[in-house]
Amino acid sequence: MSEQTPPPGPGSSAPDPGQGPVVDAPEPAEALAEVAASSPPDPEIPENLSGRGRFLLQSITEGNSFTVTVLAIFSALVVGGLINAFSNTTVLHAWSHPFSGHALAELWDTATGAYVALFEGSIVNPHTVSALFQQASISTAVHNGYLSAVFNPLSETCVAATPLILAGLAVALPYQAGLFNIGGQSQFIGGAIVATYLGYGVSMPVVIHVVVCVIGGFVGGAAIGWATGELKARTGAHEVIVTIMLNYIMAYFLTYLLSFHYLMQAPGNANPISAAIASDAHLPLLFGSHLRINASFLIALACAAAIAWLLTRTTTGFEFRSIGKNASASRVAGMNVERNWVLVMLIAGGLAGLAGSAVIQGTDFTLNNQSFGTYGIDAITVALLGRGKPLGVVWAALLFGALRAGAPLMQAATGTPVEMVDVLQAVIVLFVAAPPLVRSIYRLRAARAGGVGLSFSKGWNS
Amino acid sequence: MELELKGITKRFGSLVANDRIDLSVAPGQVHALLGENGAGKSTLMNVLYGLLQPDEGEILLDGKPAKFRSPNDAIAAGIGMVHQHFMLVPVFTVADNVTLGIEETGLSSLRDTRLGHSLPAFADFLASFTKLSGVLDRRRTRRDVGELSRRYGLELDPDAVVEDLPVGIQQRVEIVKALVRNATVLILDEPTAVLTPAETDDLFRIIKELKAGGTSIVFISHKLKEVQTIADTITVLRRGAVVGQRPPSATEDELAALMVGRNVQLRVSKEPAKPGDVVLDVSDLTVAGHDGRVWVNGLSFQVRAGEILGVAGVQGNGQTELCEALMGLRPTISGHVRLDGHDLTHATPSQRLEAGLAYVPEDRQEDGLVGDFSVADNMVLDQYYRPPFASGINLHLGAIAENAAELVKEFDVRTSSAQAPVGTLSGGNQQKVILARELGRDHKVLVASQPTRGLDVGSIEFVHKRIVQQRDHGVAVLIVSAELDEIYALADRIAVMYEGKITGFRPPDVPAEELGLLMAGASDEAAGPFTGRPQTETAIPAPGAGTSGAGQ
Repeated sequence: MSEQTPPPGPGSSAPDPGQGPVVDAPEPAEALAEVAASSPPDPEIPENLSGRGRFLLQSITEGNSFTVTVLAIFSALVVGGLINAFSNTTVLHAWSHPFSGHALAELWDTATGAYVALFEGSIVNPHTVSALFQQASISTAVHNGYLSAVFNPLSETCVAATPLILAGLAVALPYQAGLFNIGGQSQFIGGAIVATYLGYGVSMPVVIHVVVCVIGGFVGGAAIGWATGELKARTGAHEVIVTIMLNYIMAYFLTYLLSFHYLMQAPGNANPISAAIASDAHLPLLFGSHLRINASFLIALACAAAIAWLLTRTTTGFEFRSIGKNASASRVAGMNVERNWVLVMLIAGGLAGLAGSAVIQGTDFTLNNQSFGTYGIDAITVALLGRGKPLGVVWAALLFGALRAGAPLMQAATGTPVEMVDVLQAVIVLFVAAPPLVRSIYRLRAARAGGVGLSFSKGWNS
Repeated sequence: MELELKGITKRFGSLVANDRIDLSVAPGQVHALLGENGAGKSTLMNVLYGLLQPDEGEILLDGKPAKFRSPNDAIAAGIGMVHQHFMLVPVFTVADNVTLGIEETGLSSLRDTRLGHSLPAFADFLASFTKLSGVLDRRRTRRDVGELSRRYGLELDPDAVVEDLPVGIQQRVEIVKALVRNATVLILDEPTAVLTPAETDDLFRIIKELKAGGTSIVFISHKLKEVQTIADTITVLRRGAVVGQRPPSATEDELAALMVGRNVQLRVSKEPAKPGDVVLDVSDLTVAGHDGRVWVNGLSFQVRAGEILGVAGVQGNGQTELCEALMGLRPTISGHVRLDGHDLTHATPSQRLEAGLAYVPEDRQEDGLVGDFSVADNMVLDQYYRPPFASGINLHLGAIAENAAELVKEFDVRTSSAQAPVGTLSGGNQQKVILARELGRDHKVLVASQPTRGLDVGSIEFVHKRIVQQRDHGVAVLIVSAELDEIYALADRIAVMYEGKITGFRPPDVPAEELGLLMAGASDEAAGPFTGRPQTETAIPAPGAGTSGAGQ
């Protein structure tokens, strides 16, 4: 409504001081505060620190947004708990007498019980710890797998987080360059197909085989990503449309490959499933045979670190970020915008392909027509939650990994359906995508213009 | 309606944006608010419009105190505002935009149709039914908008989609929007910043019409000439306080000194040019737009080392496309661009930058800067890949910061820190960042398009001085400007563009009337096809000659 036209200025939700205070001579305190919120106040500090230090500093100085994310997760847990409790028949029954202590106690028990089970399934279970200390000696404890049992929840969390980190990076990196990669799924499939084929169809020496398969996963995904970038660069086809379409194409292509024995279907099997990859193509386990955590987790962390380095410390990253923020000015400054689009989509596709390789070579060992799961879509959520930054993606992926890892125990122990985790994820995203809502709940002062949700939605117009 | 502001004070933290400001606007008067960027003009108007609450002071309407908690209150009191950045929905029609938020519902205009005349009861029923169900009465809206725009000579097509309209027309939509809401005081915030000279003339005509109709107008600007042309009273603000009130007959120098707080050189002093060899040689250049329309049509000119060629012309005659073609941002259909004899016709932008072209783009926020990047990053935006800023793909953040610290000092960029996002800087300082970047590296040619658009007097002085300094260092300078004052102030030689062609070259002491004729399309050789071949060469003065009138 025009009567409620916002103040002039760059779409700030705060009363914008407008042209007035953002001045040459004395900067107003508010403008200074805004500047301070987004950049280190002392220019000399960050330059003397290492890249990682600078990155950390940035994350801390952008504290307002970080606080909002944490509060969003907290709010989601509260709302999720309430949803959980009020969908539980015991609780509803107790609430036929709403003001009795019994009703509240049931509510509390149900809500917290699910979370406790979730925690035990994803971080650490006290029962396994006490079982460990009841063993006669350390050696028997280790030998009989009691030690592994303690770390199993964490291991499962990492295993679930690994493909999310990689696929999340595949969304976050193009986002920094102004592209919205919805094609995590197709790139994942591309990587998984190549990794699987190299895994069972080719025989190679021990160490080389697994490395070749991982590289193959990267290449398979990168090819799909490259196609998207090339189409955009040459014809201007919007990457959102192209990636969505490629998701369908690759999903059906995978089904096709798995439908014929002379293609990729396992010999003698009627189901759409490939042969198992050779054992020397398996990614090595990190902590013995009882824990599923494997080298792909390290690959994922290394990729996150590499992307962070690429973005902040290299000329390539400088070009990516510059093009993401203002493609027109970047072109005037002599950057080849189209070539960068192709490059960033190629790298992103490779990262999503690595996610495929992690799943095939790390845990599944066979490829079926459902292997891609919902990684492509979850990756967008993870990147959103991680505010498009590599480190943020790692944390977000670990959180979602923990939710996934803990869900089975939660169902077993409390009868809460596994789908509760999906509800929780959805509510987290709702809160993260609406920073003004979180701010108003907790009465936080508005930060600089443009929350994560806002900047992500801008991706559609870029 | 008589509007009076009394002792308005507004603070942001420790900064006093408005310091006890008194202002009164009589009905049917144009009151200009003159001040540099950051003088507190916009803050004051935001207080008046209810966007900000004053810390002290009061607003009086016809002598009665009024309190505006939101723009809604201000609009209800008859105050309308046209923001510098328009608040229009680009995909809506003019009529829809004008009535946005106060839409007429109910098809009451059905009564005026043939159906209404033959079946009045049915039309009445339809009208009340549609009113209840919230159906928009587009027909009536269109009619009202048409009527209103005719009354003030605004000439608006109610059915035109806003995004298809030129900026000047979009501004009219904003004005009609305010008028529809019965505004009797109209605030125009830097209304001419985005307009071409012709559109500005149109706006002034409209302002006079409104004035005659009894509307009071608060005209915010930092352009002296405009204020002198249109205002009845001029109030000058500096650093948040009123520093003086003058009649429009006050001299430019006086107003400029009041605004800036010191005497300003409105026209930069410069020695006669000492042109050297030809550096930039453009011959028969033809450039087309995305739509296939030919924007630059067989253009030929040369720029010598140590001279400034000013390209004058009404905006939209191919100047933008010429600059973009020179920088390789737009493909050349035919012709050649040579720099020091090297053919750059089909070179990429980065090859041209490497060859020694420096470029100050017309739209600094869109093409010149990455707003979210720091000042330091923007200062290496086209050099980030070369030593000392990078080796291989490794960026040297230290070198980038050092470079920024030096340039911030040298170019007097006012910023809280070199790490501050460049978007938080004022327009003048943003332009300094671009100049610092472009002039900070090796270059032989400087192409500057509208180098002082939207800048205040102090910044204009700074930019002009730097450009003349470049010339004196032997750089070949090409200035494209729609402001004749700027052309006169800087150029050693003037070329006039009209519909993609150069209608003539003139020495800098040419009368404005003559330039005006050339800008309107009167060519040197009206008869015969204009190839740019013979007359361009004859119009170029010999080195050292014909520049006696330079500067003044």
